[in-house]
Amino acid sequence: MFIVAIETSCDETAAAVVRDGQEVLSNVISSQIEFHKKYGGIVPEVAARKHIEVINPVIKEALERANVGFGDINAVAVTYGPGLVGSLLVGLCAAKAIAWGRKIPLVEVNHLEGHIYANFLNSKSKILSFPFISLLVSGGHTMIILVKGHGEYETLGRTRDDAAGEAFDKVARFLGLGYPGGPVIDKLAKRGNPAAIKFPRPMMDQGYDFSFSGIKTAVVNYVSRLTLHASQVPDLVASFQEAIVETLVEKTIRAAKDRNVQIVTLAGGVSANSSLRSRLQKRGQKEGLEVIIPPFEYCTDNAAMIGCAGYYKFINSSLVISHSSLSLSPVASLRL
Amino acid sequence: MTNEGILYHLKSTEETFALGKKLGVVLEANDIIALHGDLGAGKTTLTQGIARGLDVKDFVASPTFIIINEYAGRLPLFHIDLYRLNQEVEIENLGITEYFQRGGVCVIEWAEKLGELKPAQMHEISLKILGDNEREICVSSDLTARLTV
Repeated sequence: MFIVAIETSCDETAAAVVRDGQEVLSNVISSQIEFHKKYGGIVPEVAARKHIEVINPVIKEALERANVGFGDINAVAVTYGPGLVGSLLVGLCAAKAIAWGRKIPLVEVNHLEGHIYANFLNSKSKILSFPFISLLVSGGHTMIILVKGHGEYETLGRTRDDAAGEAFDKVARFLGLGYPGGPVIDKLAKRGNPAAIKFPRPMMDQGYDFSFSGIKTAVVNYVSRLTLHASQVPDLVASFQEAIVETLVEKTIRAAKDRNVQIVTLAGGVSANSSLRSRLQKRGQKEGLEVIIPPFEYCTDNAAMIGCAGYYKFINSSLVISHSSLSLSPVASLRL
Repeated sequence: MTNEGILYHLKSTEETFALGKKLGVVLEANDIIALHGDLGAGKTTLTQGIARGLDVKDFVASPTFIIINEYAGRLPLFHIDLYRLNQEVEIENLGITEYFQRGGVCVIEWAEKLGELKPAQMHEISLKILGDNEREICVSSDLTARLTV
């Protein structure tokens, strides 16, 4: 079964073709260099209009790379929230047009659910089994989710202020390290001592919620008290990163133990952080947990994950609320 | 940013939150608040207080990535962050100005990016870092006037 999937919830315009919910035949993202080379143009950071300009070429490219035509597609999966309404609408309209034109079902997918399902794209040897804990960390989201079955989620914790990826970006900008902040800090931190400065771990012992705004403020306060030399930056960012990573990992491991769950998965763009990956692996091993991390291309915003989530919704059709409905509207603050 | 305002000297995060809450209680439909202040100045904390004053039950998380967060309360709260936007045309394309007249309260971070799109009536609040948790917050007097009534 072939699904064409479309994702436009934030900055990326993305389309993919996924077979049987597992095999990614194509995964096109408008910011990909190969896509630019073919179609040209500069993509601004944020603009709903940008989605309109590239949505059709992105879908066309996804079909071409998968070597299929519209006639081969069995269903269309599309992100309908959370995200910017203007951006979501572009993807939704394109998806509706395909569904209507080909008389095939339209499957609506929650963007957060898509991130969780990215873990099913990783399983070459075996299919991920329920229940599992998913740590979803990106520029916009930080959540610990207990996934009990297809479409069955319990949000155990989420950020009460800044997302983890946002804290990385803001601290990097504050220190003049450039954008995006995550990779720069990750790289610099490798040369620093993560125990050099003891930044706070807000809410460490309270439940599964996070608060990262305070860590960011602690960095600002620390820097304002001294004249920062370039040589001190690696220790500073390593200590900051340590505070974030330790909080994320310890709460996730605790959630798995408290809920008696054996599998922990990682999702979202921050999963590219090498310290987070290695620490979660190590702590998981120590506790006898299996830790699964999807390939990076499925961690950042992409449409393959939407195709995967859409497949499981489609085959468990009780999960499809408005099966083949063309009246679907975007929902900006959609929850899991 | 504000030419006339009342200065508040706040010694803790809790006091910043409490000021926000007091302001939230007196806010009216279609009020627009511009927040100015550096990273870590307390914009999130103040907005969380405003949300509490508006009887918003949910936590107020940062809108930086998503740009607009909406919350249900006594009045709807639209928490907007223009940090990632660079041009007025982007702000216009995202339909941000449409939120100004939707009967809710708009709290806008990085409102200076509005440029020509700036609404005629906007309450300005500037936050300044004095010490670790010590802040000086200047609230435009048109807003503080409501506190004393």
